[in-house]
Amino acid sequence: MKKLLILLFLLNLVTGNSHSIEPDVFVQSTVNRASEILSKDISKEEKINQLKVIAKETVDIRGVGFYSLGSARKDLDDNQKNKYLEFFEDYFLKSFSSRLSEYSNPKIDVQDKDVLNKNYTIVKSVLVATSERPEIKIDWRIYTKNPDNPLIRDLIIEGLSLARTQKEEFASILNSNDGDINALYEALEKFANN
Amino acid sequence: MLKKLTILLFSIFLITFNANAGSDGELALEKNKSEVQNTRDCFEKLNRATFAFNQGLDKALIKPIAEGYRKLPDNVQKGTSNAVRNLSTLITIPNNVLQGDVKTAIINTARLAVNTTVGLLGTIDVANKMGFPKYEKEDYGQTLGKWGFGPGCYLVLPVLGPSTIRDTTGSFANIMGGDPWYNASVHGNNEFLSEGLYITSKGISGIEFRANNIESFENLEENSIDFYASVRSLYLQDRENKIKNNQRGNIDVIYEDDEDWEEIENK
Repeated sequence: MKKLLILLFLLNLVTGNSHSIEPDVFVQSTVNRASEILSKDISKEEKINQLKVIAKETVDIRGVGFYSLGSARKDLDDNQKNKYLEFFEDYFLKSFSSRLSEYSNPKIDVQDKDVLNKNYTIVKSVLVATSERPEIKIDWRIYTKNPDNPLIRDLIIEGLSLARTQKEEFASILNSNDGDINALYEALEKFANN
Repeated sequence: MLKKLTILLFSIFLITFNANAGSDGELALEKNKSEVQNTRDCFEKLNRATFAFNQGLDKALIKPIAEGYRKLPDNVQKGTSNAVRNLSTLITIPNNVLQGDVKTAIINTARLAVNTTVGLLGTIDVANKMGFPKYEKEDYGQTLGKWGFGPGCYLVLPVLGPSTIRDTTGSFANIMGGDPWYNASVHGNNEFLSEGLYITSKGISGIEFRANNIESFENLEENSIDFYASVRSLYLQDRENKIKNNQRGNIDVIYEDDEDWEEIENK
């Protein structure tokens, strides 16, 4: 009986922790996957397509989408929200992967992490300097509510938050169009189809 | 004299306007909100028109010059970059003092002395090689921010680009006696220095910045659905970091007064 309990305890330990991923390990593994793609001798389009797969798996696209919408999301009904998320995902994947595809063979070193609370950890990293550009500091805001499946919610490059920039960009479009969400749909769709 | 008086009056107007337009009539000493939230785009239509003009100027003139600059030998580019940065120390030092950071002012004075002499007029960053701490530029806009002045309205200046009422006011301090390089070259009565040399040095500084950011700007423009709004956001975030001396962004500053993340659950 005692042996059985020990066995069950050990099994619980193994299965209970086997999927938990530390945020810094998650970031390093994600950037290694991205680096591998960017170093490949394939076309830019192929790189973008492969990066989109990584982004879908590792970024909380839904969370970033709603954050970017700001307080405007409170005025949307469920149908509008779903429609927005469809447009946003296409826009985000194209924008995110296009930005990354400009870098060839980037080397990112994870240096440290700062646990903010149970939901968030900031992982600190640097894009290692080359002869053409200086070192660039990149911080990753990782959503850790589900420790088994951490997700990226923001990239802070040299202190500049991409999510915040995107949020202000969307707010500007909504403000210029009297808060009409259709104007934002149109802008997102136009970007994704270009 | 009349020119200086006009500039002084204009600066006072800007500061006053900053207090009124930037905070709905309240004093502009807003310390508890972030720069981006404090800053309103009061002149958005005019700003967008100026932004479009600047983009046209950039495509026609500035970017091609910056691309040409990048073709210069690396050591020429490095030397120019060092010299321009060395000149900026002349503005940084008084601002270190005004911000109460006397220790950094002393370090920067030593840096200026070493680089200007041993470093051949600043073309070689000898101080860096000697292990001086990393150089951080400071300006009068940052000092006003440090003193508690809010940014006021966002402005896009012709040729010069993004700014705020506070930062533009700060820039006037340079030609009101706050920039020793301006004083020496324009009013120095010196046969080696002239107003033309001052303008050239500022022009090179701008070209050098543009040359270092060709790909970044292209990437940002290509991946923005409102390029104007992206540039505005990045400028204001950057200024906020500089005023608060955040080396890599402070999470409390970036998401200040921002509960939006907390409401979003991942499903």
